[in-house]
Amino acid sequence: MKTLKFIIPTLLFSLFIIGCSGDDDTPEVVNEEEIITSVIATLVGDTGTVTLSSRDLDGDGPNPPTIVVSGNLKTNTTYAGSVQFLNESETPAEDITEEVEEEAEEHQVFLIPGGGLDVTVTSENSDGNGNPLGTQFTLETTTVTNGTLNITLRHEPKKPNDGTLADAGGETDVTVTFDVTVEQ
Amino acid sequence: MKIYLSVALAVLACATSIAQNCELTLQGTVIDIHDGTPLAGATVVLAGSEAARVTDFDGNFKFTDLCEDLYNVQISHPECTTKAFAVQLQNDTDKTFKLEHHLEELNEILIKGSTYYTKAESVLENRISLETLEDYSSGSLGDALKTVSGVSSLNTGNTVVKPVINGLHSSRVTIINNGVRQQDQEWGAEHAPNIDLNTASSITVLKGAAALQFSGDAVGGVVVAEPAPVTLKDSLYGKTILSGQTNGKGGALTTTLTKSYENGWFARFQGTAKRYGDFEAPDYELSNTGLSEQDFSVNTGLNRITYGFDAYYSLFKNKIGILRASHLGGAQDQVAAIGSDRPLILRDFTYDIDTPRQEVTHHLGKVSAFYKSNSLGMFRLTYDVQQNNRLEFDVRRGDDDGKPSVDLELVTHNLSFSLESDVSDEISLKTGLVGNFQENFADPSTGVRRLIPDYKQYKFAVYGIADFQLSEKFIAEFGGRFDYTFMDVFKFYRTSFWESRGYDTQFPELIVEDFGNQLLTNPELEFNNASATVGFSYTFDEDYVLFSNYSLASRAPNASELFSEGLHHSASRIELGDLRFNSEISQKITVTAQKKGDRFSFAINPYATFVKDFIVIEPTGVQQTVRGNFQVWEYRQTNARLLGLDTDAMFNITDALAFNNQFSIVKGQDTSKEQALINMPPASITNGLQYQLPLKQQVNLGIESNYVFRQNEFPNNNFEVFLPETESFETVDISTPPAAYHLVNLNAGTTFNFSGIATVNLNVKVTNVLKTSYRDYLNRLRYYADNLGRNMLLQIKINY
Repeated sequence: MKTLKFIIPTLLFSLFIIGCSGDDDTPEVVNEEEIITSVIATLVGDTGTVTLSSRDLDGDGPNPPTIVVSGNLKTNTTYAGSVQFLNESETPAEDITEEVEEEAEEHQVFLIPGGGLDVTVTSENSDGNGNPLGTQFTLETTTVTNGTLNITLRHEPKKPNDGTLADAGGETDVTVTFDVTVEQ
Repeated sequence: MKIYLSVALAVLACATSIAQNCELTLQGTVIDIHDGTPLAGATVVLAGSEAARVTDFDGNFKFTDLCEDLYNVQISHPECTTKAFAVQLQNDTDKTFKLEHHLEELNEILIKGSTYYTKAESVLENRISLETLEDYSSGSLGDALKTVSGVSSLNTGNTVVKPVINGLHSSRVTIINNGVRQQDQEWGAEHAPNIDLNTASSITVLKGAAALQFSGDAVGGVVVAEPAPVTLKDSLYGKTILSGQTNGKGGALTTTLTKSYENGWFARFQGTAKRYGDFEAPDYELSNTGLSEQDFSVNTGLNRITYGFDAYYSLFKNKIGILRASHLGGAQDQVAAIGSDRPLILRDFTYDIDTPRQEVTHHLGKVSAFYKSNSLGMFRLTYDVQQNNRLEFDVRRGDDDGKPSVDLELVTHNLSFSLESDVSDEISLKTGLVGNFQENFADPSTGVRRLIPDYKQYKFAVYGIADFQLSEKFIAEFGGRFDYTFMDVFKFYRTSFWESRGYDTQFPELIVEDFGNQLLTNPELEFNNASATVGFSYTFDEDYVLFSNYSLASRAPNASELFSEGLHHSASRIELGDLRFNSEISQKITVTAQKKGDRFSFAINPYATFVKDFIVIEPTGVQQTVRGNFQVWEYRQTNARLLGLDTDAMFNITDALAFNNQFSIVKGQDTSKEQALINMPPASITNGLQYQLPLKQQVNLGIESNYVFRQNEFPNNNFEVFLPETESFETVDISTPPAAYHLVNLNAGTTFNFSGIATVNLNVKVTNVLKTSYRDYLNRLRYYADNLGRNMLLQIKINY
């Protein structure tokens, strides 16, 4: 039993030493570097500018994205459009569009009208292989219509593809659906 | 010994000058050192004289008319190593002389005494033989464990194989590697044990928590991997196994070299290398599923009858590719991937391992010493340290490409003290104390929020197990254990999550610093866990044994269950833990009827497990993010019941033909919600025939059939997702289990003996002979791709 009397304190003491030897610096905060919190599409037409924005500042936290459409589009107008992807969980916000454009071959933005929205969207920029990239685009309106416009960013899609998400495959980095109205 | 001799010599120098008294008596008893039984028929010689005696039935001998002198007493026995004792005779002397048994028997004693000792008396120990382990030399520990009935596996592809015992896995299965409790972030469902199975020569599976000396929280069971015992003779021996296979176009090489000495010293080196490229299903390549692994271990020590020590170090390092098509964005991608009958990303065969992949390094160092005291028993003191570094690489963008998304380093120190003593002929006692310190460090440079927070954990445990040999046939066993755990955690919570959970009102005192969208908190958690076991084994006649055991296990929640909070990329879902969890408590009743025998043997093992506050993860909703919709899986505590049956049978039809059969079934129920538990292994049945050809050269042929039923009891966790393109809602079917499947395997083997210098085994094994396309319910990648197609394996095993 003498041995026991020796061993128990030794055991406890050793662990105490091991346990307390580390310094107690609090860990540093990690701000997600590559997360996209915000998608902002800007449509510039002769009759004015409309912005569609979706912001989800807590990323995959419980809060849903806040979706804002600044106004309605006008009929028979050609809008010069651009999509911007931002990480606003960092200060200053990081513009992820630049990364997407640098790696254009591995990305594609799809703009998909739905819910009866009668507009035509065309990609205006392309990657190094001449395939569409879609961060710059034109949107043409004709008649009075309303519906949805979905913006999807795919990572590593099949390129070239037939312009549908199903054919493109890859991974969804962003998908946001806006309610859009075209008025007189 | 040397000191005694020199003292004796000095005494001798004096003694010669003193007047001699030559009427002294030397009598004694010769006994066996390890169990104290008297040795009859030992020859006792006084060196330098003609005097010799042979011990009687009680091991006694007697010399009379001896002078005051130093005598060299040599004792020999047919079953023992001859030994000399120096005896200084001044008065009539009665002395006990201990002899060591002959070499071969000594080995057996050491084998029984320190290596393959019984781990629990009242449950059947399922031991995987060396031969079976060698068959799986090029595979994984999990694959070898599946040869035991009732053990299945939770897979991520075919290279990440996690053992499931009677339906339970991860933190509920304790793995003991070389006497050390493996600490390799086993909480993760896609984290396979970081053990090279080639380091083990025996693996024992104990279903349930009866072996309290190892852990008190093994709700599922305990796996004990042990190295080969060292023979006690001057020898150098080794083994090399070289395997090559068609599927994965790769192979494995493993080698072990042992140097041993008669005086008990030994040293051993063991190393393994494995390399595979992309594996293939019957109809396509499984892109990015290659594997690269390098392991080695060194071991040295001293084995004496009454004392010894052991120093061990092992390194395990691997790189495992994860099927490329399994890396997905949100639920829309899941719809497409599940809907497709083949993986959406297929590439040509390559040995390159790209993203996603895991890279794991596990170091284990151990020093252990034992001392056998005749009165108290065997003391053992062990210190071990493990460092586990896990890197997980996801498909990333821009500067982050090539940077890991998960970088966790887990360091565990463990100090344990145990005493095994035979209180009487009928009662033996195992007691012990364990102290454990663990530190987890999550490297922030990944640029991804920590999957597991930084923490320090302190554990203390005390246990005692008593075995009562009530009669020759009846052994009863009682045990108890208490574990205390303290966790000091630094965790960043998203402010939105902290508030949505109501933690802001429940635990405002935990906040250390507010970073706006994140909060640094310092939870300090304490768990007290008591566990117990009671059971018996009864031998009816020579061949029939009945085991019966009740065990109570108590498990503290792990870091993942407590602190998960965010997107789990490899599962394409958001996982949420709960800070408020308490320990889960399980009760298991198990009965085994075993018949041993050369011609016919079987074991039938029904069991029932009831778990209170069982921690389960299940879907609770769908969450919108910029990346699309993700299903949210939350950990929750409930009550669970598992009922099951495992059977094994073996029948030697003739001397050359043998038949074996295994069957397992388990039914898991969430008794609070009255629905089936997720991921319960489906019933399976295996039948095998082994035939030895009537030739001079021994050739074995075998065929095996493995039928896995469809799992018909499962919770429905399907959900709907909106697809913008088709403007429709689609069901994401993540619940429906795949169909039943049947696999046929063939094997053939022969042995060549090279005049005692070496034996060479040659084995050929073909698995999935019929190229069956199948998916397994317990494979996490079953949504995306089929399991392996046909594989031909050639193995050369050399013992020298």
